[in-house]
Amino acid sequence: MNRPKAEISPVSVDSHKRWQHVRKDLSTLMWYLVVTLLMLVVILPFFWMLITSLKGAKEVFAYPPTWIPQHWQWQNYLEVWKEAPFARYFLNSTIVAVAVTLGQLTSCTLAAFAFARMNFKGKNFMFLLFLSTTMISTQVTLIPSYMIMKNLDWIDHYQALIVPFLANAFGVFMIRQSFRGVPRELEDAAKMDGCGRLRFLVQIILPLCTPILASQGLFAFMGNWNSYLWPLIVTNSDQMRTLQIGLRYFVGDGGTEWGVYMAAAVLVCLPVILIYFLVQKTFVESMATTGLKDI
Amino acid sequence: MTAAVVNPAPVVTGPKHKWWQHWGEETLSAYLFLLPSLAIFIVFTFFPTIYSFVMSLFKWNLPGKPVFIGFENFRYLFTDSLEAPIFWKSILNTFYLALGVPINLFISLMIALLLNRKLPGVGIFRTAFFLPAITSITAISVVWMWLYNPAQYGLFNSILIKLGLPLQLWLRDPVLAMPCLIMMGIWSGMGYNIIIFLAGLQSIPGTLYEAAQIDGANKFNLFKNVTWPLLGPTLFYVLSVGMINSLKAFTEIDVMTQGGPLNATNTMAYYLYQNAFQYFQMGKASAIAVILFIMLLILTWVQFRFIDRGVFYE
Repeated sequence: MNRPKAEISPVSVDSHKRWQHVRKDLSTLMWYLVVTLLMLVVILPFFWMLITSLKGAKEVFAYPPTWIPQHWQWQNYLEVWKEAPFARYFLNSTIVAVAVTLGQLTSCTLAAFAFARMNFKGKNFMFLLFLSTTMISTQVTLIPSYMIMKNLDWIDHYQALIVPFLANAFGVFMIRQSFRGVPRELEDAAKMDGCGRLRFLVQIILPLCTPILASQGLFAFMGNWNSYLWPLIVTNSDQMRTLQIGLRYFVGDGGTEWGVYMAAAVLVCLPVILIYFLVQKTFVESMATTGLKDI
Repeated sequence: MTAAVVNPAPVVTGPKHKWWQHWGEETLSAYLFLLPSLAIFIVFTFFPTIYSFVMSLFKWNLPGKPVFIGFENFRYLFTDSLEAPIFWKSILNTFYLALGVPINLFISLMIALLLNRKLPGVGIFRTAFFLPAITSITAISVVWMWLYNPAQYGLFNSILIKLGLPLQLWLRDPVLAMPCLIMMGIWSGMGYNIIIFLAGLQSIPGTLYEAAQIDGANKFNLFKNVTWPLLGPTLFYVLSVGMINSLKAFTEIDVMTQGGPLNATNTMAYYLYQNAFQYFQMGKASAIAVILFIMLLILTWVQFRFIDRGVFYE
């Protein structure tokens, strides 16, 4: 603030500026160096998974470990499908995740519409009731839910993997928020034209709120695809296992085929990573605004 | 469902209304809209929660019948000479695992501050750091089991050998097993925290920094007096979410250690699972569920209270 500006000669200003430039360049360089190093550390497990998945049965146990496979063992990826019913696991995971996603979007949209655009008795109570479900974790409901499944004879059936997840209070709140943004005038105009509620929801509101539906759908799909505890306890047979459970038993058999195991791990995480790269922007933005991860 | 919408006006005949006719058309339709969600919540959330509390008062070893024993399960868990040491250990382990959360936050915040710059290529770095967050924990656990392989060809051990350090058993070492899980948890949880921190950092108005700079604040002052207080709510949010998730951690334990070695990684969530689905002691497992429920509720309550108190600067 109280620098004696007047005393600086033109020459010194020039050299001062140049020095600042150099300093800025240096700090940028340092920044790239540090961030690249950190990134390498973070990427290392992925890299190691990929490299190991391409190593032969012997090379996996070589010491010191090789950083580039000597013989690229692409067969490992074929072995995965031969040694365990991974095609079936894929099918199961896909069926369940798609069904849950569509079901959740439907139930959430309906409830969100009621909370956002309708006045009814007990609205506040209902809202609190929905809110309270977000405080109850899976672990607490685990045993009774399992008992319900057992009594319904749903163990080892798709219903057990799908039905309990057809509602999601977080989804209701997020979609409700977006529905509230639709102008009232639109609703009045629609009503004047004799448009019923359900039609107004499907034909006017939904097209306006596709981004939030897309991100909620993405969360539902990803959360379900990656879920572990519940599928673990409600499936018994190899035929009904989802990918995550299949992978766990495939590796947990006490074998040592790490090349094949890593190939299986790559296959399990690939779909979600691919989806992530396709819709990265929506994904990160909605995760930042909604703060949802664990579903 | 469509019927209520297509034919909205309830047919009112005379003074004798059915009870639901007093509700009016809008209320009725609204409940129809809520019905699908509500039905699922009642059957798979509310009823099981209450049922858990009831079951915790019974001795129920499958396939036998339940017998009412009052609070005996709780007394047994906390004081029985055989049971209590394991249960207390599982509580301690739960908090031990949660120690990873603040460490994770610190590292994540540092990286978020690093990445909060507009330089070419920053997007690539952000993507890379975020990748573990979307990968399934099962796959991550399998990969880290391989990294932690106790033989000399395990990646971490081969690095130790290079550095001239002794081989480690990693996950099979009772002392090291938990730090191993914590380290993996930091790696896999970081991406999510970084995203949230970056969103928090970017929501801080740039004018605040400019104003502070005009007043002669240096970089440290900027962080201490602008970034830190304004990031407070974000920090708190991430901390409580992290703690809650840590208390519920299950997958990595089941895939990597099954609670071992010597119960070194047996947390409450895992011990609950063991009791219910390996020993079939449903009553005892429900008692653990109730204790875990109360712990999680306290955490959530604290989280909501802080939000109420207006920690959020808005």
